Amino acid sequence: MKTIKKNLLATALLSATMATAASAETITVATVNNGDMIRMQGLMADFNAKHPGIDVEWVTLEESVLREKVTTDIATKGGQYDVMTIGTYEVPIWGNNGWLVPLEFDVSYDVDDLLPAIRGGLTVNDNLYAAPFYGESSMVMFREDLMAKAGLEMPKAPSWNFIMKAAKEMTDKDEGIYGACIRGKAHWGENLAFITATANSFGARWFDENWNPQFDSAEWSDTLNFYLNLLNRYGPPGASSNGFNENLALFQQGKCGMWIDATVAASFVTNPKDSTVADKVGFALAPDNGLGKRGNWLWAWSLAIPAGTEKADAAKSFVQWATSKEYLELVASKEGWANVPPGTRTSLYANPEYQKVPFAQMTLDSINAADPQNPTVDPVPYVGVQFVAIPEFQAIGTAVAQEFSAALAGDKTAEEALAAAQALTERAMDKAGY
Amino acid sequence: MATTHSKAAARLMIAPSVVLLLLWMIVPLGLTIYFSFLKYNLLKPGTEWFGFKNYYYFLTDPSFVEALANTFYLVGGVIFITIVGGVLFGLLLNKDFWGRGIVRLMVIAPFFIMPTVSALVWKNMFMNPVNGLFAYAANLIGAEPIDFLAHFPLASITGIVAWQWLPFATLILLTALQSLDQEQMEAAEMDGASPWSRFWYITLPHLARPITVVILIETIFLLGVFAEILVTTNGGPGAASTTLTYIIYRVARLGFDAGGGAAGGVVAVILANIVAIFLMRMIGKNLDK
Amino acid sequence: MARQQTISNKLVWTVLAWILGATIFFPILWTVLTSFKTEAQAISIPPVMFDFDWTFENYETVQERSNYSRHFWNSVVISVGSTLLGLLIAVPAAWAMAFVPGKRTKDVLMWMLSTKMMPAVGVMIPIYLMVQSAGLLDSKTALVIIMMLVNLPIIIWMLYTYFKEIPGDILEAARMDGASLKNEIIYVLTPMAVPGIASTMLLNVILAWNEAFWTLNLTAAKAAPLTAFIASYSSPEGLFYAKLSAASTMAIAPILIMGWFSQKQLVRGLTFGAVK
Repeated sequence: MKTIKKNLLATALLSATMATAASAETITVATVNNGDMIRMQGLMADFNAKHPGIDVEWVTLEESVLREKVTTDIATKGGQYDVMTIGTYEVPIWGNNGWLVPLEFDVSYDVDDLLPAIRGGLTVNDNLYAAPFYGESSMVMFREDLMAKAGLEMPKAPSWNFIMKAAKEMTDKDEGIYGACIRGKAHWGENLAFITATANSFGARWFDENWNPQFDSAEWSDTLNFYLNLLNRYGPPGASSNGFNENLALFQQGKCGMWIDATVAASFVTNPKDSTVADKVGFALAPDNGLGKRGNWLWAWSLAIPAGTEKADAAKSFVQWATSKEYLELVASKEGWANVPPGTRTSLYANPEYQKVPFAQMTLDSINAADPQNPTVDPVPYVGVQFVAIPEFQAIGTAVAQEFSAALAGDKTAEEALAAAQALTERAMDKAGY
Repeated sequence: MATTHSKAAARLMIAPSVVLLLLWMIVPLGLTIYFSFLKYNLLKPGTEWFGFKNYYYFLTDPSFVEALANTFYLVGGVIFITIVGGVLFGLLLNKDFWGRGIVRLMVIAPFFIMPTVSALVWKNMFMNPVNGLFAYAANLIGAEPIDFLAHFPLASITGIVAWQWLPFATLILLTALQSLDQEQMEAAEMDGASPWSRFWYITLPHLARPITVVILIETIFLLGVFAEILVTTNGGPGAASTTLTYIIYRVARLGFDAGGGAAGGVVAVILANIVAIFLMRMIGKNLDK
Repeated sequence: MARQQTISNKLVWTVLAWILGATIFFPILWTVLTSFKTEAQAISIPPVMFDFDWTFENYETVQERSNYSRHFWNSVVISVGSTLLGLLIAVPAAWAMAFVPGKRTKDVLMWMLSTKMMPAVGVMIPIYLMVQSAGLLDSKTALVIIMMLVNLPIIIWMLYTYFKEIPGDILEAARMDGASLKNEIIYVLTPMAVPGIASTMLLNVILAWNEAFWTLNLTAAKAAPLTAFIASYSSPEGLFYAKLSAASTMAIAPILIMGWFSQKQLVRGLTFGAVK
């Protein structure tokens, strides 16, 4: 017990000294523990210098925990946060509910500089409800050395058939090289994001115009079977528990031939500090099937201010700082252009310095290739490329994601998984009254 | 014997606990029951009367039956492992050997570990089929690494949870063994009783009571196991590791369906009480000796 | 052990016991070791046990990213505070149940235990709304109260089983001598009950320290304990085993060390009256 008492005392003293330092207005910012956000926390000296009257308290959480907490808070008007990091899924729903403060910035912010595809996803009834911190689409990242070894050349805009062929040629299980690393972890933001985006390029859709689930269609069957074949034959072991992070780690360790995932990953796999393959990575657009839609998604982690916060002005100052052109320059000066949060501003892609970054143009092209309003070949009643922006989607999506993950683990056939997905989606839509 | 005076005093002393727990039970439960009859999604402003539909949808959930079975296997599996392991480890630790203090410290350590931490460590550093130590061990002997969380999700989670609770069972059973009557044991040995029959007829009956206690306490905590599932498998693949608690989580926290989640909560409370009555009977018999 | 054991027997038990202890402890040891490796060493094949360049960089990173001392302090306040408050309410109740048992004492006790079976997820939203309307979101006060209520049944149960083992004769004797109820408690009961109370306290501090549902869901920044601290490391991008290990070590070390130092007292309390 004595050691504890000493510890207690030490901590008490520590917290006492901290308390005296805090006298300014304090805003609480909830954010996700992704690299760009962590980096921002290291650059706060700049914000503090510009806004000495505002202290920022960080709440940094893993994505799923963050989403639960901020959603509960905003829905019950809990008021624990002054700035929330949310995605393109939440913004349309929350904006419609009147839960967010419409963002109006002064001229220096240059709101028209935001990429139109990204800005469109964050705008409801002509009000911008969240400012994009970084935007992403998905693309193919591949090992140029392994591709050359396999005697193939990656086209700028490959087809799914080419991906299957390349995966086959690159796989060398004895060497621990797997042709295709792809998300398999059961979550609507993980495997389902990939599969839904892929389904769009196969001409499948979640719902028809009357909100009837479409998992019993031939297009979905083609999509899922293709996905299962690709991963079962040429994917790493344990693919059904691999999400973005697991695949990133695999790719950085040189175990993947190709990885189709978020464009934002490009800066991680080309960073020699973390990646063993930094100088061998090439990029290509997400594949298609010749139907006019590519299999890439669109997402933007964005900063929003909950309606009802008493510190809206301070919160806005922060949001403006974090999503400004100056912030991009700040990151560039400290960490280099490759580490700037991507995918939010047109001016960034016009910057000759940034154009030297190997993945810059491919990221922009990928983002521009996605259209949340018309995500797939046939018309749909919903908004969202790799998700459906309705309140019920998270629960439905997670359950469907589980079915697909079970099919990948070999517990179910593709047909059983699709039938189960169809049944549970019908049930949930019935219950919700669509 | 107690006087009237002390009886009244006793009531007064018990009252705060009873009142607090009654409030802690009734207020949330009352609200939960009320919500369970509403169509109430946190993401959609406004509520409306929904009758028994929340219950209907919860009870007919495609994974409901599987989740009940999984809950049973998880709780039962952990209890089984911890009791068998606890008896064996207790017997071993009760022997005279060098370094008892240190071994005991090592054995009780998992009990102090946060469930989230232990799930993260097991998942990433041991069970991961590429980077985990188990995969390395499999490669070492030339076997294909097993993807534990994909192919044996419930068994893997049971293993993780059992690791956390093994120290608890071991300690209780060890303490009980230390109070075993040594003279009786030696007398039996003189009479030529085999080690097995000594264990079966003397040691095991002596352990009946502590085993009951372990079952009771572990059941109470294990019915709520949740962090381990969330961190490792998210209830999957499919519903292979979805428990009752986890379905409620899915409805209430992923779907933000306060009504549906409340109905699930009420169902879980009813089921938990059935288990409780059953347990209490068992415990009552064993503890009233 | 009354019987003489041969050295070779003792040797066999020693080897077996050490293998067992080392196996059970290995995941924790491995986590602590990994926390001193670089990310690349953490996943190197073949794995390295001790022979690596020890580094503190993970701890520095964690320290930079998180306000560890505040999370730590919150954990201390919540776990110790809720336990002390719980004891304050539970000691009289357990005393009364043990020494002045009524017809329904057992039922009351069992009912209390059964409240612990209420699934937290199911009642989360009502509780959240109540805490919010009391203006206590993200406050240590709310968590102290809730963790007290969550663990109160266990506290009462543990104390009850203890107090029951205190021979009633002593109390009778004290009463004969004309001791008042108050004196009875202060001079007779308390000294005998201290070990029981101590172990109950230790166990409940551990339980409250590791509770990860309410502590995570009812806090944001100010009152967030170590369970929330860990939630920000659970799946960072890229190689993360070493950083995760460092954060894990920081989260579990205080309670592990406390548990080890107080294990004698703790073990006595863990019997739940199971040992006569």
